[in-house]
Amino acid sequence: MVDAQNISLTFETADGKVDALSNVGLQVAEGEFVSFIGPSGCGKTTMLRVIADLQQPTSGTLLVNGMSAEAARLARSYGYVFQAPALFPWRTIEKNLKLPLEIMGFSEAEQQQRAAHYLSLVNLTGFERKFPWQLSGGMQQRVSIARALSFDPALLLMDEPFGALDEIVRDHLNEQLLQLWRTTGKTVVFVTHSIPEAVFLSTRIVVMSPRPGRIIDIIDSGFPPDRSLEIRETPEFLKIAQRVRTGLRAGHSYDE
Amino acid sequence: MTSSSLALAAPARAALGSHPLTERYGPILTMVLALIAVWYVAAVAMNWHLVKDGFEREETPYTVSDILAGTMDAERPLLPAPHQIAENFFDSIFGYPPLAPRSLVYHSLVTLSATLLGFVLGAGFGVALALMIVHSRVLERSLLPWIICSQMVPILALAPIFIVVLGALGLQGLLPKAIISAYLCFFPIAIGMVKGFTSPDPLQIELMRTWSATPRQVLWKLRWPAAVPFLFASLKVAITISLIGAIVAELPTGAEAGIGARLLAGSYYGQTVQLWSALVASAVLSWGLISIIALVERGVNRSMGAR
Repeated sequence: MVDAQNISLTFETADGKVDALSNVGLQVAEGEFVSFIGPSGCGKTTMLRVIADLQQPTSGTLLVNGMSAEAARLARSYGYVFQAPALFPWRTIEKNLKLPLEIMGFSEAEQQQRAAHYLSLVNLTGFERKFPWQLSGGMQQRVSIARALSFDPALLLMDEPFGALDEIVRDHLNEQLLQLWRTTGKTVVFVTHSIPEAVFLSTRIVVMSPRPGRIIDIIDSGFPPDRSLEIRETPEFLKIAQRVRTGLRAGHSYDE
Repeated sequence: MTSSSLALAAPARAALGSHPLTERYGPILTMVLALIAVWYVAAVAMNWHLVKDGFEREETPYTVSDILAGTMDAERPLLPAPHQIAENFFDSIFGYPPLAPRSLVYHSLVTLSATLLGFVLGAGFGVALALMIVHSRVLERSLLPWIICSQMVPILALAPIFIVVLGALGLQGLLPKAIISAYLCFFPIAIGMVKGFTSPDPLQIELMRTWSATPRQVLWKLRWPAAVPFLFASLKVAITISLIGAIVAELPTGAEAGIGARLLAGSYYGQTVQLWSALVASAVLSWGLISIIALVERGVNRSMGAR
């Protein structure tokens, strides 16, 4: 689904060059749930933006869904979820869901049917006529996930989607997202800085480190698909979390 | 015991002061009454010598109270008293058929038509300029200085030139006035809409990009709705400015009709009362126009989910 080889990205800033990404290579197979984890500045968000063609790498080759990143974007191959819900405040929840469908030229009936379907998928049936400000932060983020799914892209790119939410809401949404991933069979690339979140959700965890932004470890995590939050207490879970933490610590420079 | 009875007494005492109507209109009413009082005092002070000189010229005996009475109903006072203005205002509105040349309604309608046409032209032009500026950096750099320069030339100096040039082109009457009015009112709209069109959140713009939306879709589904609050703020400024533009445009043309013409005639012949009632008419007109825009704004806001 995603095939990245030797991706490097250098920013020119006032203080000189910054290596946001250095020789990042990664293959994501169809149906996988891959998380990027690392401290801020490690390039995890940049990598996601490169996959989404919101930023262009300085060098390296990248295939998304078998085509170039730009072609994949133009073919609407992925849905993107930002840290903020970024709903359009003048549109009702239903109309927010329909926005990408309107843009892509779905028929009115199809829009209606999809909006209803994806709202129910994130348990928000009954909120169609509400405006975004009438919903809590967690509910708004669920709308933005439903919006990203509404046109049925093969790939879901999520940039710290639950980073601004409190712990309890976050746990709840993690369970919901896992269920969503299981039922829809989407490929998910997920950015987070929470170790439990990464270990709980992912089939693979990519540990990254800053200056220059690079991959230092890739960890497979093979929990059963219908896992619940309780597995976070199991020794297997803690072992993987420990390995992630070790990786993060190793990649961290001492001058901080 | 005492404290609880006090607590009970308090709301009753405050009832009048906290009545919603009093709370809303009390301050405004107080302000208006104070202004009127100051006005009367000023009218007495400013017209005193005028009246006194009149008595002395005619060599009639007079008392202080005669002068006082005189300052309240002089024919051509320096500063007319509020009731004189009110009298003249209602007289020139209801005293004649609405389309008679002496009716203030007629003059207001003449100015209103130029204002509205100018407003529509100016708003259209302003929005078009903002669209061009937002979509092209080259246009932004080449247009913006000219737009700002256009507002630095006093309109009072430009208006006669406009009238002469447009007159030579065969344009007379309503259109030249509307064009001068549009020249003034496009500016706040252009500036406001540039701000409005660039107001969407960067995330919203990137979302549109991930859906590979066309520039036209970004405009209609994101930039335009995001600019609506800015649009109404600019429209409210623009409508008063276009009224001023229409009035100013009536001055150099020697127009026979319109609030500007009334102002001009009033100052020629020292008819201060007529002058002031024309001013009141323009104030009422612009208040009405702003109220209409505010009403539309409220309706639009409601449909766009404003809290």
